[in-house]
Amino acid sequence: MESIQSSRRIMTGNEAVATGVKLSNVKVISAYPITPQTTIVEKLAEMVANGELDAKYIEVESEHSAMASVTASEITGVRSYTASSSHGILYMHENLHWASGMRVPIVMSVVNRAIGPPWSIWGEQTETFNQRDTGWLQIYCESNQEAMDSIILGYKIAENKKVLLPVMNMLDAFTLSHTSEPVDVRNLKTSYDYLGDLDLDFKLDFKNPAGYGSLVAPDGPFMEMRKDMRDSMYNASGLIKSEISNFNEVFDAELPGLTENFMMEDADYALITAGAISSTAKYTVRKLRERGQKVGLIRLYFYRPFPGEEILKAVRGLKGLGVVERNVSYGQRGPTFEDVVSALYRRADVPIRNYVVGLGGRDIRVKDYEKMFENLIEGDNDMEWINVAVR
Amino acid sequence: MPITIPREEYMQKGHTACAGCGATLSMRYVLKGMGPKTAVTVPACCWSVIPGEFPYTALDVPLLYTTFASAGASISGLREGLDSQGKEDYNVVAFAGDGGTADIGLQGLSAAMERGHNVLYIMYDNEAYMNTGIQRSGSTPYGAWTTTTPVGLKRDYKREKKKYVADLMMAQNVPYVATATVAYPEDLERKISTAKSIKGPKFIQILSPCPPGWYYNSADTIKVSRLAVETRVFPLYEFKNGKLTLFKPAKKPNITEYLSLQGRFGHLKEDEIKEVEAAVAERWESLLRKEQN
Repeated sequence: MESIQSSRRIMTGNEAVATGVKLSNVKVISAYPITPQTTIVEKLAEMVANGELDAKYIEVESEHSAMASVTASEITGVRSYTASSSHGILYMHENLHWASGMRVPIVMSVVNRAIGPPWSIWGEQTETFNQRDTGWLQIYCESNQEAMDSIILGYKIAENKKVLLPVMNMLDAFTLSHTSEPVDVRNLKTSYDYLGDLDLDFKLDFKNPAGYGSLVAPDGPFMEMRKDMRDSMYNASGLIKSEISNFNEVFDAELPGLTENFMMEDADYALITAGAISSTAKYTVRKLRERGQKVGLIRLYFYRPFPGEEILKAVRGLKGLGVVERNVSYGQRGPTFEDVVSALYRRADVPIRNYVVGLGGRDIRVKDYEKMFENLIEGDNDMEWINVAVR
Repeated sequence: MPITIPREEYMQKGHTACAGCGATLSMRYVLKGMGPKTAVTVPACCWSVIPGEFPYTALDVPLLYTTFASAGASISGLREGLDSQGKEDYNVVAFAGDGGTADIGLQGLSAAMERGHNVLYIMYDNEAYMNTGIQRSGSTPYGAWTTTTPVGLKRDYKREKKKYVADLMMAQNVPYVATATVAYPEDLERKISTAKSIKGPKFIQILSPCPPGWYYNSADTIKVSRLAVETRVFPLYEFKNGKLTLFKPAKKPNITEYLSLQGRFGHLKEDEIKEVEAAVAERWESLLRKEQN
């Protein structure tokens, strides 16, 4: 089959993302520049300028406006896209809620970067873990290939009428965004056919004019709308899994499920990670396995909806589980830890520990993962900060 | 005199506005001028409540609600979304209050105008945050009482001058800028019609008197609106192709006729009224100079 053939190219994560946007037949792009997202929006501007991508491009004055404008363009019935990072995501927080509440299936890329102060442009995932309650699906990519594929897959899932919620697609600052890897560029026609045209039942209609987002009183359908959003997200897991299988078949791709289990079959100890730091974790697992240690890794590909059932299945029989967070929450354990504990509550008796790593772009080395595995076997249940100076 | 106000109504019964609401008249006139092929964005403001509760709407055009600061960005998205489908013949209008325009939404407005989208931004100016209960905005005039500029023993009425957003839009060289008010509906319709004929960004600031916020009898909205223009408190002008045209009313009543109708100015003493008068005269002169240049 000619149409499913991909062409292999070397490209950065950001170029892979921009290519994914092009392959998704996006009609409106609206974005505000922020390091390290800039090369995505530069590439897209270039594609539009060259006629390589037939889309309107709005050079907004802020991320808050970027989200408001793509919400508006999407509700006219056209596929819309934006990208941001770090403070930009925090700045658009209000309109993230507005977009999901409007049920517009936007896809947004986020190049995960630390939040100041102090200023840091390097990798960390706090800004998107902060957004877990905004009604957006969340995907964390491990490679540039995933960064491209997840854009196309993101639109497919977001636009599913049983979902109709926006998708946030994450890739790590610099480690993916500015690092070149071989990527199979999906065939344009296959991708266009796969996605089809955007078909929204609820869109701007001049013949039957309505109010979109109008006032709802306490006895109106407000809670019902919120419940529908929650149900649509929470019940999407099965639908996402079958869509990923479909995607892999159509594109001859290798996306994982909601999670990826790496050497988990007979593992005694395992870690949970998300994003590009998972690659170093996998390397460590392989190395420890060679030494005869029964260790494994669970990688979160989707974080919202939270893949609790997948994790439950994977951790059965484990003697210890470590949740690795590349984000920080101040008054409790990390958000992933809380989610894992909640998913396993009364259903699996596994000791769980929590690690904070890689804030502000701090390296996460093989020896750090080795330390985490050692701690799993012997350590106490405190929250451990890895590769941090002790004073 | 020929009737210049379209007979078509795009506002139906059932809206929830206060009696005598100037902002409701403004919307009615704007829609008459724009017609049914119009999409309207409304940020947080009185008009986010006036059309009525979900799923009902008193308007015969689609209304997209957006967050407080997002009117400018929202019309940008609507415009580009419609254009990308070849729907260039549909109008896109923002209908935002003075808080959402002069204060929290100013950046979004300025940027939308700068980017040159084919949109019309209507600022309905009731000179305070009226939907939240009469709090001071940047567009509240000098001398006015509001709930956040209360007249007390130490801190009193608003001591700062009104920020005229239309003047800012002129400074930014927006292709078409106008001010209007509900006592002059033919003038308002003419300005809407001119705006509609221009492809590019347009801005119209409509003074929309507010009976509960300004403390006047709700039957007096038109009277208050007309006096605002005649006393030069709110000059009507048009700015097109870089040229300002100022409307000069035939008579000029004393400013106290305008102020004394409204409870929000009731605390002003004689010398303070003189200050208000001086500020109004100063701005009038400055607009005259701008017109001559």
